[in-house]
Amino acid sequence: MIIKPHRGQPLWIAFLLHRISGVGLAIFLPFHFYLLGLALEQSETMDGLLRWSDNPLVKFAEFGLVFLLAVHMFGGLRLLALEFLPWNDRQKTLAAIAVALSFLLAIGFLMRAV
Amino acid sequence: MLDTRLYLLQRITAMIMAPLVLLHLGVMIVAIQGGLDSAEILSRTRGSLFWGGTYGLFVLAVSVHAALGIRVVLFEWLSIKDIKLTLVSWLVFAVLLMMGARAVYAVVA
Repeated sequence: MIIKPHRGQPLWIAFLLHRISGVGLAIFLPFHFYLLGLALEQSETMDGLLRWSDNPLVKFAEFGLVFLLAVHMFGGLRLLALEFLPWNDRQKTLAAIAVALSFLLAIGFLMRAV
Repeated sequence: MLDTRLYLLQRITAMIMAPLVLLHLGVMIVAIQGGLDSAEILSRTRGSLFWGGTYGLFVLAVSVHAALGIRVVLFEWLSIKDIKLTLVSWLVFAVLLMMGARAVYAVVA
């Protein structure tokens, strides 16, 4: 059997988004920590990197990161509710709300950043 | 069952981090205005017990949470298992914890 009917379903996409955002954030973290660690003895290097982050392309990447963080958190709250609270039939709506809120936050971040 | 405990640990760290992520998102949106530089970041964080404690807890929780998450992905998608899986998970945890602790120390101390 190669038919996998669950794939492509909205909640399967929510699962994939949660996983990809999680892996993405885990890969980003060492770079994030490295940059902040520079404050200890190499603040010029740190400021150089922060100036580099003024680049519009980097700003856009940051927008993506904010979205990943927000969607992992809001999507994760849906999963926690699904596991620990009484069942709610509106899982697709909740997942859509999680994505919408994350997009809103990320756009809010981008608006402030530019 | 060790995996049940890891599963719970994953949920507990998630619950700890939910408010911390909201705070972090808020800080980002406020701090990004007008660009960032090290002096500005440090003026906010240096010597602050609140930021040190908050982000210290954040680093600890995220190190556990990310290591456990990566562990599941490595098992399900790359079929890594047993001792190899355990070792990689511990490595992810240790690297994140050390780098994260250094980052918090760097901006708070």
